[in-house]
Order: sequence, then structure tokens, then C-alpha cells
Amino acid sequence: MNVVFWIFAVITLGGALAAMMLRSLVHSALAVTLAFAGLALMFLELGAQFAGFAQILVYIGAVAILVVFAILLTRSSEETGSGVFSPTWLRGLVIAAAVFAVLGWSILNSASALPGATVTPQVDVKQIGDALMGPYVLPLEIVAVLLTSALIGAVIVAMHEKEGAE
Amino acid sequence: MFSKLDQIFVVLQHWVAGFVPVSLQPIVLALVGVVGIVVVFPALFALTTVFERKGLGRIQNRLGPNRVGPFGFFQPVADGIKALTKEDVVPFNADHFVHFISPVVLLVAVFMGFAVLPVGRNMQLVDLDAGLLFYFAMGASSELAVFMAGWSSRNKYSLLGAMRAVAQMISYEVILLLSSVAVVMMTGSLSLVKIVEAQSQYTWGLPHWYVFTPWGLLGFILYAIAATAETNRSPFDLPEGESELVAGYFTEYSGFKFAMFFMAEYLAMFSVAGLGATLFFGGWSAPVSALSFVPSWIWFIAKVMVAIFVFIWVRGTLPRLRQDQLMNFAWKFALPLTLLNLMVAGLWRFMNPGVVRWVVCFAILAGAYVLMARVGMKREKFGPRSYRYAE
Repeated sequence: MNVVFWIFAVITLGGALAAMMLRSLVHSALAVTLAFAGLALMFLELGAQFAGFAQILVYIGAVAILVVFAILLTRSSEETGSGVFSPTWLRGLVIAAAVFAVLGWSILNSASALPGATVTPQVDVKQIGDALMGPYVLPLEIVAVLLTSALIGAVIVAMHEKEGAE
Repeated sequence: MFSKLDQIFVVLQHWVAGFVPVSLQPIVLALVGVVGIVVVFPALFALTTVFERKGLGRIQNRLGPNRVGPFGFFQPVADGIKALTKEDVVPFNADHFVHFISPVVLLVAVFMGFAVLPVGRNMQLVDLDAGLLFYFAMGASSELAVFMAGWSSRNKYSLLGAMRAVAQMISYEVILLLSSVAVVMMTGSLSLVKIVEAQSQYTWGLPHWYVFTPWGLLGFILYAIAATAETNRSPFDLPEGESELVAGYFTEYSGFKFAMFFMAEYLAMFSVAGLGATLFFGGWSAPVSALSFVPSWIWFIAKVMVAIFVFIWVRGTLPRLRQDQLMNFAWKFALPLTLLNLMVAGLWRFMNPGVVRWVVCFAILAGAYVLMARVGMKREKFGPRSYRYAE
């Protein structure tokens, strides 16, 4: 655990906390973006260049923009008057804690399941490409088909709305 | 002599780093490189503003700036002093923190893109294995900064400008990325240094630039269109269209913050032109092998400046697009063509080198272009062009 890790951890967690606590929805969206950026930096610090840059490209370049647009187009960018805590916060806390416990448990187990993995593997982009086009080509194609169908579905939903308006 | 001149900046960088202890040398090397980028490109920006105003003046049959210094070349100094000393007006209702931070975020994101550009032989700040991906990741971050600027100003012109900018940048980013992917497929690497090296071989004194292949030519044209849209340059300058939106997303910025937006726009032009030169025009390699003795960084800067000239030329020539034309062009024309270009690049890779490969690939692309243009024209029901004059 070095200093760099702690800086990135503070950025990520600070962004996530701010996303929950801020009153303005757009501010929350921007804070989530900060958390995404922190995660990307974490990937880079671990030597996973491709994952880090893909995280920035997809999450900051696309997901954050999508969230912000959704907020703007639904006219809910005004600040909420009441407190930021939902009335069901206790249930939410329990669910979050349970998810965290399961994740933490599986991660701790995986460390013991892979003994001797002390050397950081150097994965370059070429290896990722070879893996995606070789052994993992079927999952890749399935994901591609799934995404395409989702895209077509979204277009169809949008088209129906337009016809109804006319 | 010439090889020394070629590496003069690299030698200089190591000479400066030689003054500090070995443990600190990597930091100093990086710092010197960063200072180089932060000094050279803004200086180029200052020069470009004069050239642009003079060039546009020529196109519009007027003189352009000619008061400050010889031939008006000190105009950017005057502009800079003006921007620095002007009052910084922030709207009362603006979101102060976001309003303050967005020009900084934009400028940082734009500057980061230069980190992976090979400006000359051995002259890149970092040679990342995923360099191209890094570049596009930084480009994507600048979109959010534009949105932040428009939203935080609490001004409907700003917000409209930001929404237009983001919609446009997202649409054209797809084309920009996919037209570069063909180059990556052919090189087999995302590293920009490797991409340049793959192109800097010569046959009969002529270089192996990717633009001299059918897929490279179409890829470059699509890249150039998408790059113009990404940098919000005319004819894609809807986000800041003066006649409709005052100044678009940076309407509520004044003084030095305005200068920062201005600078970010021009720096983005330089970096996107530099990337285009790297991907399709062999980066720092010479156009004919006989001229290889000229230092590599001169070639790079020359290619960037030619691209800037074309940017200015196009700005002075073409009228602004309409929003629906912009979107239709991106999704219905340019994107299918880019996807086809990717497939043709694959075909090119697996066909035997020779004239047949050239003819087949070119015929597919040209045929698709003509067919799509014809079908598109039919669908839009364009008749013969007619002119209407004010009566």
C-alpha cells in the first residue's frame, strides 16, 4: 500500500460519497465521474493500461454523458428540497453491506486459491486482443449481438414515441 | 550534422537531466518534456491566431490585423495582455465551482493528448502500449468539460451550445475512432510510435503512408471530417454559432477563462491534426526518401501546419451545417462508410499485394460511396439547384 494508492482511494471514495450526499443531481453525476476517474487511475496504477483507458473512454466519455443528458432531458436538474437520505436507508445499508461482504469474501478466497501469484503479470494490448479473438471469441460475439439488439430495441422504443406524438 | 539536428531536443533534454542525481532523472526528463509541450504548442497557437485572422481576411477581401508590430504579428501579445487584465465576470446565478473548474478540465484534457504524439524521432513524452486508446480517452473527457461549462453558466444559450456540442462530439467520435481502427488493424499495434515506424519505409523513394491505399484514403477523409466536427470547427461550429447562440457554451466566460477556451480549441486542432498526420501521413517521416535528412520534428510541425491551413481555408469557404444535416450525415452516411472501410481494410490485409488488390478495394469503396450518395439524394428528394434572391 503506497501513497499513490491512498490518493486514488481518497479520490474514488470521495467522489462516490459526494455523489450520494450532494443535493443537485448534476453535481452528483459529476461526482460519480470523479469516482470513475479514480477507478481508472487505480487500474493504471495496477499496470492494466487497457482496462484503465477503456474505463475512461467508456465511463467518462459515454456513461457520464448519458447520465447527465438523462438528468437534463427529464427536467429534474433542480435541487431537491428535502434531505438526501431516503426513508428506506436502513434496508439499503443492509443490502449494500451484504453485497460488500460477498465481494470481500470471494476476493479473500481467491487470494488463497491462487498461491504463489506474487509476480505482477505484464499484460499488453496484443495479448488481450489475441485472447479476445482466440479462446474468448464466442463470448465476445454473444456480447456484440446482445449490444446490437439492445441498440435496435432502443431505436424502436424511441420511434414508437415519435409516431404517437404525431 | 543533420542527424544531430534531428535529435537536438532529445540531447537537450538529457543534458538538462544530467545536472540532477540519477534517482531524480526520470522525473526531470518527464518535466522537461512537459515544459516543451506546454511552451511550443501554445506558441504555435499564438502564431496561428494571426495567420487565421489574416487568412480569413484574405478570403473575405479585407486586410486583417496589421496594427500591432510588423504586419500585425504582435497581435497575440496584445490579445493576451487584454485577456489577462480583463475583469473576470461570473454570472450571479452560476454554479461557481463548476464554472471555475471547467476551463481547467478542458485544457488539461487537451494537453494530455499531446503526451502520446510522436513529434519527432524519439520525441514522444511516453510511448504507451495503448497510446491511441489513451488519446481517445482524453478526447472523451473533454466532452464532459464542455458540458460542465455550458451547464454551470445558467444561461440558455450556454446550455443549448453545450448540448449541441456534446451531441455532435459523441456522434463524430464514433467515426473518428472507427476510421483510426483500420490503421490499428493494419499496424497490429495501438502504439503511435509503432504506427509511424510501420509507415516510414520507402519504395522507389516514395513512402508507405497509409493514405496512399484505398482504405487509408477513405479513412483519412472520414477522419478529417470527424476531426473537424470534434474540434467544433466550421462548418461544424454549431455549438458556438455566433449568429444563433452568441458564443455557445462559453458565452458566460470572460477574460482569461475565455482565453483558456480559445486556446483549448486551437490546441485540440493541433493535436487532432498531429494524430491525423501520425495515423495516415507517416507522422515525422519525410514525404520522399531523398528529403530524409531534414529533421523529423520539422516534418511533423509542417504536416500539422498544412492541416491548420486547410482548417482555416475550410472555415473561410463553407457555410455552417444545420443540426439535422449534421446528425444525418454522421449516422446515415459517414458511419456506414466507415464500417465498410473497416471491412475493406481486412480484405486488403488478406489479399496478395499487387494491382488487383488495389483495384478491387478501390472499386468496392468508390461503388459504395456513389451508391449511398445516389440513394441519399433520392430519399431527400433533391431537385436541380435553384437560387432565390431577395426581392
